[in-house]
Amino acid sequence: MAIEVRIPTILRTYTDGAKAVPGSGDTLADLLVDLEARHPGVRARLVEENGELRRFVNVYLNDEDVRFTGGLTTKLDDGDTVTILPAVAGGSI
Amino acid sequence: MSQLPPLVEPATELTVDEVRRYSRHLIIPDVGMDGQKRLKNAKVLCVGAGGLGSPALMYLAAAGVGTLGIVEFDTVDESNLQRQIIHGQSDIGRSKAESARDSVKEINPYTEVVLHEERLEADNVMEIFGQYDLIVDGTDNFATRYLVNDACVLLNKPYVWGSIYRFDGQASVFWSEHGPCYRCLYPEPPPPGMVPSCAEGGVLGVLCASIGSIQVNEAIKLLMGIGEPLVGRLMIYDALEMTYRTVKVRKDPECAVCGKNPTVTELIDYEAFCGVVSEEAQEAALGSTITPRQLKEWFDAGENIDLIDVREPGEYEIVKIPGSRLIPKNEFLMGRALEDLPQNKRIVLNCKTGVRSAEVLAVLKSAGFADAVHVGGGVIGWVNQIEPEKPVY
Repeated sequence: MAIEVRIPTILRTYTDGAKAVPGSGDTLADLLVDLEARHPGVRARLVEENGELRRFVNVYLNDEDVRFTGGLTTKLDDGDTVTILPAVAGGSI
Repeated sequence: MSQLPPLVEPATELTVDEVRRYSRHLIIPDVGMDGQKRLKNAKVLCVGAGGLGSPALMYLAAAGVGTLGIVEFDTVDESNLQRQIIHGQSDIGRSKAESARDSVKEINPYTEVVLHEERLEADNVMEIFGQYDLIVDGTDNFATRYLVNDACVLLNKPYVWGSIYRFDGQASVFWSEHGPCYRCLYPEPPPPGMVPSCAEGGVLGVLCASIGSIQVNEAIKLLMGIGEPLVGRLMIYDALEMTYRTVKVRKDPECAVCGKNPTVTELIDYEAFCGVVSEEAQEAALGSTITPRQLKEWFDAGENIDLIDVREPGEYEIVKIPGSRLIPKNEFLMGRALEDLPQNKRIVLNCKTGVRSAEVLAVLKSAGFADAVHVGGGVIGWVNQIEPEKPVY
């Protein structure tokens, strides 16, 4: 099952600079395992050690925030787009 | 989200001069005399007169907003001019607030400007925000963002937000009475060191205009009560692809500040909430920080050290400490760089100012490099103390 995963600038070091990579899985959790197999390290940037999604990284299934659609158990379909969007602050500290 | 009622009442009248000045607005049916009079009566606060604040203030002034407040305590630096177009060459070294006021007055003498030349803090934000109808945030750092958000929720003010990073921009309107707040979008800030700031990432100058103009567009719509506000939606702009996308932002019933059972009912310590340097990094740096002068002495004495610069390649190209080699911070965070480090040399780390090198130091210490140190003040400190003829950025 082909799903397009859109990678934010700050995580493209895991995808050799690619802005979007293909992935597969019946649920978001499956998709992240699939991504990790080809892009080691990326899953830990999205998921806490306790298995929950990190609270400063949002994941959207198409235009819906997965926090409101079942989190990691969210079901995925062929042709879906998953967008990863971490909180970013551009200004100086 | 459908149309909302206008945020401000119309002023009693426009003068003949004002009618001439705003004629291209007045002939738009959705604006008209009524909309322009509302702008005249509006009080808008812009937090920061920097990258986003520059175009925001200039367009808000040109549009005819009656009162513009500016929160800014910094001075104009040469490195600001690549994107902060409200300031010019002759303003270098001046107060940014005063420089911004002069530009605003030059664009529109009818706009009243109120300067707040102080850092926005929990103890002054309520008093300052209370004087305005709407807040435009142009500061773009986590501590200020959560402070502005919480104050806006507590005062029930619309918060027009924007963020920029390299070629990527985002914008939204947070207004808890009608939709989500920033904490509904991101309940917690990322831990320090996990997410870069533009100080290390850079920003395309014109991106400030792309996002700042969206912020002004949304502010004007709210003030006049026209169109569909960007409440409950997040605009995502990619300047390289030239695409705009929106995703939904839902009001979180569990939100700490605007949810059903809020736990944040007054302002908190935002520097502590967001952090700048992680606890691990602070601990690692304790007793393992050297000055640029000490580093120079170690070089001169022929000490057996390996100086590693953990910045990005583009930064390294601008200026570096002689004898350093580049391994960007991410290579350490991903664990790839550790196995190539020499065991028979003392590792010395540097970055721009000492924040990132402290984060990497924590990684090295936990990997067993007990005698590793980092350079406090980074390459900027080195240039200032040892090689003042080199450029800083």
